[in-house]
Amino acid sequence: MAQVAARPASSVDMEGRPWVGRSIERVEDAALLTGRGRFIDDLGSPPGTLHAAILRSPHAHADIVSIDAEAARRAPGVAAVLTGEQVKALTSSLVVGVKAPVECWPIATERVRYVGEPVAVAVASDRARAEDAIELIHVEYRPHAAVVDPLAALAADAPVLHDGFPGNLASDRSFSYGDPAQAFADAPHRFSIDIHYPRNSCTPIETYGVIASHDAAEDAFDILANFQGPFSIHTVISRALKVPGNRLRLRTPPDSGGSFGVKQGVFPYIVLIGAASRAVGRPVKWIEDRLEHLTASVSATNRSTTLSAAVAADGKILALDWDQVEDCGAHLRAPEPATLYRMHGNLTGAYDIRHVKVRNRVVVTNKTPTGLNRGFGGPQVYFALERLVQRIAIGLSRDPLDVIKRNLVPADAFPYRTATGALLDSGNYQEAIAKAVDHGKLAELRERREEARAQGRLYGIGFTAVVEPSVSNMGYITTVLTVAERRKAGPKNGAQATATVALDPVGGVTVHVASVPQGQGHRTVLSQVVADVFGLKPQDVRVNTEIDTAKDAWSIASGNYASRFAAAVAGTAKLAAERIAARLARIAASQLNVEPVDIVFASGFVASKHNPENRIAFSRVAALSHWSPGSLPDDTGQAIRETLFWTPPELTAPDDEDRINSSLCHGFIFDFCGVEIDRTTFETRIDRYVTMHDCGTILHPGMVNGQIRGGFAQALGAALYEEYAYAEDGSFLTGTFADYLLPTTAEVPEPQIIHLATPSPFTPLGAKGVGEGNSMSTPVCIANAVADALGLADVTLPLVPARLADLVRGPEPEPPAGQLKAAPARAGDRRLRGDGSASVNRAPEHVWTMLLDPGTLQAVIPGCQRVDRVSDTHFRAEVTLGIGPVTGRYRADVQLFDLDPPHAVTLRGSAEGALGFGNAEGRIMLEPDGKGGTRLRYGYDAAIGGKIASIGGRLLDGAARVIIGQFFAALAREAGGGASASAFSLPALLGWLARLFGGRR
Amino acid sequence: MTRLRADSRHPIRFKLNGRPVEGEAEPRMLLSDFLRHQIGATGTHVGCEHGVCGACTVVIDGMLARSCLTLAAQVDGCEIRTVEGLAPSADRLGILQRAFRRNHALQCGFCTAGILMSLDHYLRRHPAPSETDVRDLLSGHLCRCTGYTPIINAALQAAAELATAIEEKPDV
Repeated sequence: MAQVAARPASSVDMEGRPWVGRSIERVEDAALLTGRGRFIDDLGSPPGTLHAAILRSPHAHADIVSIDAEAARRAPGVAAVLTGEQVKALTSSLVVGVKAPVECWPIATERVRYVGEPVAVAVASDRARAEDAIELIHVEYRPHAAVVDPLAALAADAPVLHDGFPGNLASDRSFSYGDPAQAFADAPHRFSIDIHYPRNSCTPIETYGVIASHDAAEDAFDILANFQGPFSIHTVISRALKVPGNRLRLRTPPDSGGSFGVKQGVFPYIVLIGAASRAVGRPVKWIEDRLEHLTASVSATNRSTTLSAAVAADGKILALDWDQVEDCGAHLRAPEPATLYRMHGNLTGAYDIRHVKVRNRVVVTNKTPTGLNRGFGGPQVYFALERLVQRIAIGLSRDPLDVIKRNLVPADAFPYRTATGALLDSGNYQEAIAKAVDHGKLAELRERREEARAQGRLYGIGFTAVVEPSVSNMGYITTVLTVAERRKAGPKNGAQATATVALDPVGGVTVHVASVPQGQGHRTVLSQVVADVFGLKPQDVRVNTEIDTAKDAWSIASGNYASRFAAAVAGTAKLAAERIAARLARIAASQLNVEPVDIVFASGFVASKHNPENRIAFSRVAALSHWSPGSLPDDTGQAIRETLFWTPPELTAPDDEDRINSSLCHGFIFDFCGVEIDRTTFETRIDRYVTMHDCGTILHPGMVNGQIRGGFAQALGAALYEEYAYAEDGSFLTGTFADYLLPTTAEVPEPQIIHLATPSPFTPLGAKGVGEGNSMSTPVCIANAVADALGLADVTLPLVPARLADLVRGPEPEPPAGQLKAAPARAGDRRLRGDGSASVNRAPEHVWTMLLDPGTLQAVIPGCQRVDRVSDTHFRAEVTLGIGPVTGRYRADVQLFDLDPPHAVTLRGSAEGALGFGNAEGRIMLEPDGKGGTRLRYGYDAAIGGKIASIGGRLLDGAARVIIGQFFAALAREAGGGASASAFSLPALLGWLARLFGGRR
Repeated sequence: MTRLRADSRHPIRFKLNGRPVEGEAEPRMLLSDFLRHQIGATGTHVGCEHGVCGACTVVIDGMLARSCLTLAAQVDGCEIRTVEGLAPSADRLGILQRAFRRNHALQCGFCTAGILMSLDHYLRRHPAPSETDVRDLLSGHLCRCTGYTPIINAALQAAAELATAIEEKPDV
């Protein structure tokens, strides 16, 4: 009779309304609203815990010539300083996701490949002392040329990051589905688009945190980290830490301050801090700071795509040709190149397109390694596809919505197998669009556009239709391997979800899942789901979502990613509860003298359906397995605890034709929006944004809308403001929230949210994922609207006003001749160039002597400690400067060339300090002004890098001018004469460089 | 004016949510770190440490302040209010907190403490704000989860409720 026990309790019947589907208040909120959340840095750490700080590379690409950490090791409170060499001895390389002779370490070994790459870890009694220690580490670098653009990385003469990735190419696979060549040959039209999707990140407000300890007696690690999964990474970590999986106890804190995929990227630091704890024999704690997070945590991939479509005269798309070049940054970290393959089954979006050609290349560049980020591959794919759909419409003089509708997967075709292998589970895209057009008042929006345009305003409408995949197939990433490689590696598929439901001795219900939420309210939703099964109230069900890999049920698919909670985890909890309920029904049936099929769970009782008065309290039945197992009917088995694993059979491994059902569920989103662009400022204002979602059965409407709004706000940021910007030399330019701009209350409008529900036939609750859809649909919807407003064929994100102005007006004209200018020559070029002139009331000979005199220099350089004359034409200076909260000592080295006394001199110099490095060259020319004084003319060309470029880059041009002016005043005072305007000189150069590194934060 | 030695710890005493607290801090210690790690008041969170995200917002002597841009030594003798002092009692939420829960105005809850402090401070002084007022006030806070609208709605509901309610008093 085991079948009876295992059978889902179909007898369960909800009296009145079920809890699922209601927006009940969240069980999580009271603690969070009163300051009693338990985030990782809120939890105590074991006595004796040491604290780590990480020294990071200021260079994008350089050899590490030497590391002198002796002073740091001797500093007060410092237990250890680990460099790449030491970490390498304690760990093994992180697994790389493609077959190539390449290693991937959590810290630089011999060479740095991106700004912010860890170079050394100081471990000390507290964080401040650890930070003091890293300032004492002196690293000598030999810089290499850097490459930051994925297409440039493929050029024959590009600097190569890894010898194991020749030409920086980590993977190159081509696929063909159907007969794309024939379709393109036959089609009357061909449209093509080039896309450069930028780097951005969802930047949770809580940064990474790790507390690691190593037990030398058992050679086992106990590590608490705000990791989010997938727990396939557990295998990567244990392997890197050189212990079997059962000796890596990985735990998560009860609360986590947002993740959106990003906290998957904490895993290299789990390895690094784990290694540090092993080295010092004490627990080690590390909490990332914001500069570290923005610079070097993780990022979504940037991608260069060329997408072509073969199109019939009526707008029907017959074939697609994808050429995607994915930029994974400096290392191919697990699970990359998953961003590229997550969407592989969905390369045709919401459309019925049978012929698809794909070339997928993965390249490495001198940027931060990439990883999970909300939308994960979707934004990159849909930006190309949906921009192309708009271009097709324009090319064929059709309405974009008509082209969308003409190509949709037919409503009667579900489940529908896409050309590349996805099995679209359910949907009715036509009905969804019709409902959105109606409820979202598209006709009225079109009238608004006409009206605005009649008044000469810039107004546009954009559309997007996307399929939102959820519940990833753990096998999709193996599509990057060839069929032969896959055969050798063995099959990978499925997505094991797990849930445990337990009954305590007084009938209390506890649920545990390995879902690791970061604010998604999993505990609340599971209490609803399980309460419905047992006929209880949500508050009767306690839910725990922390994970402890040493004690809890989990699988490699566990974690909070790929929008898998509602579809997979919540459904699994329902199945586990039903399994217990089936046993309780048998127990109750024997107590009530009825058949198990007559049993119903309702209002805290287990009762007979036919005779509701014949009932027993749920708590009594639930407790019986604890107190009186002998009273249970034979062969019922215990009804104390049930752990259930569930994996959908639809998630099969890639087949021999490389078709892959990359995800289990496929929601549908249709968005349209109206935007207006200010003619003067080119600021984009969202006039109305309508977003239709079909995410199957809705478990908690408030939370579903919360996911939509939150995803929309992040996507708005990606569309309009956010970019992880790099200079051509690989300097990272957006290291603060004043540089990496997130939308605030002033920028985010309320979208109009509309729902349609076609339940998924593949999930226990009919639910599908909903959290990532707007990350996929919104950036391109806004871009389409902006393109419509401005009549542009190409738009690149983020749509910042300066970029739109460039596109519409062309580049800004040069300023009138003779004016001081000190601006970067072009975007992304961090070289500062400037020229100018000034006057001093002393003869050129006198000024010349001053410029070459160390005593004068020391007097006029702000904060100058000393100037040493190495030779007549070589000076070294030490400058201590404190501006704002930052004081530091900086070393500058300047040499003079092409001396033509007292007429001209060329200066070349460099400076370095804790906040960065720089070099500059300047030419000063002196000539008599005819009144006994000197007229100076100068030009300079400087480059800076390191932290200063990340946290103050936007201020450098102005600062250069100000400091040069300040210096000149001092020179004129020293000369004893009056002065005007601004000037440039050796001391100015020294002082200027030093100020840059000392002065801004 | 007291001179503090950079390499020593100095006693810091102030009132936290009406109760005296004390600890020792080096002059460089931030108030946010002092509250969290010395006093154990971990409700105030640190999101950026450069004054942009607003998660660490507290009230010092009646003024809103970023505790990540304030040194612990600066608040010696001050009165400080933090999120731990908002609820009328340990098992009861205040009007603003209840409005947040009702409106799903938080998800991960990491930024919430700072937002609550700004709103609590503002609503005490501006009992009938418009949506524009609230949006303007909260433009100094970053939230990555909610898309903000539920926060605005909660604030406006709380304002309306506070305007008609008798002042909330602690249970004790």
